Amino acid sequence: MLLEQLSNAFGPSGCEDEVRRILARAVHDKVDHLQTDALGNLIALKRGSGPEPRLKVMVDAHMDEVGLMVTRFDKNGLMGFRVVGGVDDRLLLAKRVVVGCDRIRGVITAPPIHLTKAEQRQQVIKVDQLAIDIGASSDDEAKGLVKMGDYGTFDTRFEILSEDGLRTVKGKAFDDRAGCAVAAALVDGEYAVDLLLAFSAQEEMGMRGAKVAAFRIDPDVAFALEGTICDDMPKKADVSPTTELGKGPAITLMDRSFFADKSLVRLLIDTAEANGIPYQFKQPGVGSTDAGAIHLSRTGVPSITVAVPCRYIHTPVSLLSLSDLDHMVELMKAALQALSHQWQKA
Amino acid sequence: MKDLIRRLTEAYGPSGHEEQIRDIIRAEVQPLADDVRVDVLGNLMALKKGSGGGKKVMLAAHMDEIGLIISYVDEQGFLRFQPIGGVDATTLAGGRVQFADGSTGVIAAENRQEFKKDPELTRLFIDVGATSRDEAKARLGQAVGFVRPFADLGQRIVAKALDDRISCAILIEVLRRLEDSLHEVYFVFSVQEEVGLRGAQTCAYGLDPDLGIAVDITVAADTPEAKKLAMKLGAGPCIKIMDSGMLAHPGVKDAMIRVAEANGIPYQLEVLDRGSTDAAAIQLVRGGVPAGCVSVACRYYHTPSEMVDMGDVENSVKLLLAILKTSIEL
Repeated sequence: MLLEQLSNAFGPSGCEDEVRRILARAVHDKVDHLQTDALGNLIALKRGSGPEPRLKVMVDAHMDEVGLMVTRFDKNGLMGFRVVGGVDDRLLLAKRVVVGCDRIRGVITAPPIHLTKAEQRQQVIKVDQLAIDIGASSDDEAKGLVKMGDYGTFDTRFEILSEDGLRTVKGKAFDDRAGCAVAAALVDGEYAVDLLLAFSAQEEMGMRGAKVAAFRIDPDVAFALEGTICDDMPKKADVSPTTELGKGPAITLMDRSFFADKSLVRLLIDTAEANGIPYQFKQPGVGSTDAGAIHLSRTGVPSITVAVPCRYIHTPVSLLSLSDLDHMVELMKAALQALSHQWQKA
Repeated sequence: MKDLIRRLTEAYGPSGHEEQIRDIIRAEVQPLADDVRVDVLGNLMALKKGSGGGKKVMLAAHMDEIGLIISYVDEQGFLRFQPIGGVDATTLAGGRVQFADGSTGVIAAENRQEFKKDPELTRLFIDVGATSRDEAKARLGQAVGFVRPFADLGQRIVAKALDDRISCAILIEVLRRLEDSLHEVYFVFSVQEEVGLRGAQTCAYGLDPDLGIAVDITVAADTPEAKKLAMKLGAGPCIKIMDSGMLAHPGVKDAMIRVAEANGIPYQLEVLDRGSTDAAAIQLVRGGVPAGCVSVACRYYHTPSEMVDMGDVENSVKLLLAILKTSIEL
């Protein structure tokens, strides 16, 4: 399964090479052109069958994940680090990690319960007080295996949790390898429009890859595909769940980075309803995506974000429903086909 | 002009939902402009051609206002919301909101004592009179604007959304009175300023102007116990030196000062500690654009009762007209 390969791959922001190789392999024989730009975005063109001028449709999914970077070597062989992208300090303690080009395994330090007082256990240990332990006995030994500035990711393997029902799987980096898996699946479809897949870099650092990819592509419309927040655990108060697992792809109406184009919202709703595909709206006002950068490119691009709900994103392990993912592929294929009829090139 | 300000400020137009404002403005500018266009994000551009030899000038006033967006409908039909732009929770409880379709809702606090201690938006909800989720569920994702009637206090006026409809009214008035300018002037009524200067950015990229001037409100600090800022009501348009998003191009700022002094137009200098305007976005498009800002001092900004002085409004119109009549040497 492509999602499995993508989830297991090593790809913090700025270090997307492994993910890019997997995606290039997955799509290269079904697209007309493939290129990697200066920031590391992988851009694939699948020409449409319609008459020219054809609508240019950008479908973006970011390759990068949140991760770690080695910033310090201690005499005892431990390595200080910082986080790359949004990671909560509380999640770091005692996690397994993989570091550097040689994928050296290690763990993040944690004081044992025997040596901590009750009040210490109420406090969050900040990232600057933690270290990565790769089992080295000195800084020289550690430096032989890992270099200053090397990246790390959580060491989490993809697994299928249930074959039936929601068909849940767990793994790391579903934000946004879920989006990458959906985008890559779109090359199997036939469209009248020109499809430009942008597997983008450095979203977690501020939508950097998508910004230059959108400038290069200069699209007529854009979709950002995501693995998004899913906070559907039981709550005392009757307040919003952000998105819910198993209720279908989540359409963004507005988040901190953009307002979705109203005609694209209509297109997705109409397409979902005409094809009996379940869908939901993501709670407005939360999060931001590559659409925030894309819609402001040049003179503006009508844009929308649609996402696979993923529980526990930005942690060492997240969980999604393959049914949601399959429904998103269906929705996007049908929407791309519908676009040919509904949108005239300006 | 006050009638136009009343119509502009009482209308519905949170960021991303500027259609109704755009319709009002389009009707005003259509007979006055040589060309009127709307771009992808919804910015309205009215062109007044010049007599030749001048610059391409972009004047920008934003159409949008702060508001709320419905993020959840609960079982009893109460609505939860997220802010659109810089919304101050303490100004909300007990107020009313309007939807795009004109229907009304009331903002209420879960528990007023608790809300006073911790005025968070999450402690508020909107009641649209629904009795069930089914009755109100279509509201999810809809944006609301605040409701407050315009009030004419004589020299001063009060309304919601004077930020930045007062500047929309100023630009319309400048367009109405503008004759024989050298310059090709684009009167831009921009979208989504309150959520990050978004409309002005794409619009400026498209227009590629030689000069950009934003017209917006700024903080008037002439009220009891206000911050130590120099701007006040009635002392003339504010010529921006800097705010937290930009340093005005010195040539643009100096040209504004020269023109004001040559024409006997009162003015104040503005250094604003927080906030910014469309000029900050215009300045950074493509290879950079010389940009400045004319601000109208405004009391109680980002509340439903913003106040400006009509003398400042008239002098802003005069200052902009006078600038457009010169060759604008930077």
